[in-house]
Amino acid sequence: MGSIALRSLDYWLIRYRRTWRGSAASTVLTPVLFLAAMGVGLGSLVDRSGSAGNLGGVSYLAFLAPGVLAATAMQTAAGEATYPVLTGTRWVRTYHAMIATPLSAAEVFTGHLVWMVVRVAMTCLAFVAAMAAFGTLHSAWAPLALPAAILTGLAHLTPVAAFSARLRNDAGLAALFRFGIMPMFLFSGAFFPVSQLPALLRAVAYGTPVWHGVALCRGFTLGQGLTVGSALLHAGYLTGWSAVGFVLARRSYQRALVR
Amino acid sequence: MPVPEAPDGGAPPYISARGLTKRFGDFVAVAGIDFDVARGEAFGFLGPNGAGKSSTMRMIGCVSPVTGGTLRVLGLDPVTDGARIRARLGVVPQEDTLDLELSVAENLYIYGRYFGLPRRVIRERTAELLEFVQLAERANDLVEPLSGGMKRRLTIARSLINEPDVLLLDEPTTGLDPQARHALWDRLFRLKQQGVTLVLTTHYMDEAEQLCDRLVVMDKGAIAAEGSPRQLIDAYSTREVVELRFGEGEQQDVSGKVDGLAERVEVLPDRLLLYVANGDATLAEVHARGLAPSSALVRRSTLEDVFLRLTGRTLVD
Ligand SMILES: Nc1ncnc2c1ncn2[C@@H]1O[C@H](COP(=O)(O)OP(=O)(O)OP(=O)(O)O)[C@@H](O)[C@H]1O
Ligand SMILES: [Mg+2]
Repeated sequence: MGSIALRSLDYWLIRYRRTWRGSAASTVLTPVLFLAAMGVGLGSLVDRSGSAGNLGGVSYLAFLAPGVLAATAMQTAAGEATYPVLTGTRWVRTYHAMIATPLSAAEVFTGHLVWMVVRVAMTCLAFVAAMAAFGTLHSAWAPLALPAAILTGLAHLTPVAAFSARLRNDAGLAALFRFGIMPMFLFSGAFFPVSQLPALLRAVAYGTPVWHGVALCRGFTLGQGLTVGSALLHAGYLTGWSAVGFVLARRSYQRALVR
Repeated sequence: MPVPEAPDGGAPPYISARGLTKRFGDFVAVAGIDFDVARGEAFGFLGPNGAGKSSTMRMIGCVSPVTGGTLRVLGLDPVTDGARIRARLGVVPQEDTLDLELSVAENLYIYGRYFGLPRRVIRERTAELLEFVQLAERANDLVEPLSGGMKRRLTIARSLINEPDVLLLDEPTTGLDPQARHALWDRLFRLKQQGVTLVLTTHYMDEAEQLCDRLVVMDKGAIAAEGSPRQLIDAYSTREVVELRFGEGEQQDVSGKVDGLAERVEVLPDRLLLYVANGDATLAEVHARGLAPSSALVRRSTLEDVFLRLTGRTLVD
């Protein structure tokens, strides 16, 4: 079944080829702009105010970059698992074309998921490259931040796809971004330690998969704050979200496509 | 794959349904229908909007689970062998599912990939198929600006990429102009000659008469009659029909005065239909009785008349 699911990859690739220039440019430029403005610009203020103690003794740029890497993985995943999924179920109905062939609804999802992971990986790779250019990879463990970020993306891809496949229109997506993705982007430890949050919000932040992604990526690039045990715990939590989302998404696709 | 021989030695049906039912919640879309489609046959579902044609086609296409009864397609059970069946079907859905942002050739390419066909095979077939549906010059154009008829032809070309044994066509020519419809009929007829089994739905009686060896008339989820177009017309209508139109408000006054002129009279809002063996003779009698219709027409019976007889309603309203 694995290889049958991959039959739809050519479709996603051909679609991407039509728009890749614009998309690739923003994939490469966004992290550079972000790290320059937030990390270097804002960072110089933060560092001068003597906050390094709260940040674990590193520069704001070094603190911020891996956090935003994980948050960007989440955001990219949310983008890939929303509008393109509705394109398949409702707008272009490409999924419906697929299930008239030997592909099953579950295989349609699996094939698209593989493509989504490829897209998330491309974005994360560009981000890690920018981080290297800004000199924010401070540890020999730093390369592991890339798979950690991709896993963070996966933990959002599958549940968001499960949600999107059930929607009739994109009204639900606006709500998802406004009340889900956006707050998580801002408050899950990418920009400041969640220890700064009130206790209740802190508890919520610990429950979000992206906080675990941030902790993992930051631990790897800074080479501090992670033990083998805590790293496995974070990775396990993200894997759990990915797996539960995977099962739910396959069900959603079945319900949306086979009626 | 060879089809297993039936016990009596005759070829077993390619598609066979018994008590086939489709429910959406409490709503019954297909209410326990029976039919068989033989290999190489052109079989039609004729019926008005909401009759259950598409629901039936989607069950045959193994993209919609059967809610009751049994269905066998190519001798296989859609529940357990959906993918194997779909590998041998070509599907033209009621609504196109082309990707408008890709080119004509790319649409065929990706569809061929879903069937696991090698790139080289797809390229060869693409050239042939685009020739067949007269879109060869548009191969590298985007689908978006193509006319409705061209998109429909592309969907048909796409459905043939896997060289299917059975072609399922859900209203293949709806929305096309007469010329485009005739061109499509010609293509479908050639496929049938090549041995492809055709299953199609339509609410055009002329399409059913042109293309179908055998058809069922569906209404409200049930089959109202079955046979060849000729058999149905013979069984449910007369040889000829006289259509009479009258001026504003005159029709009520007239309807009593045609008694005994015809085997059967249908009173439609805008005209009277007299079902007779000899139309010209009846028209002469109409005039002899002093009736003065504003227009009169003698024509042969069609499936439209069969449908009116069976359901009391017209097909295309
Ligand atoms: N997914 C669905 N959910 C609920 N009801 C449905 C669904 N699909 C079809 N129906 C209902 O089933 C009935 C039969 O629909 P179907 O599409 O099979 O008719 P049809 O004969 O193809 O009509 P048309 O000529 O308009 O295409 C309709 O009343 C329709 O509203
Ligand atoms: Mg229909």
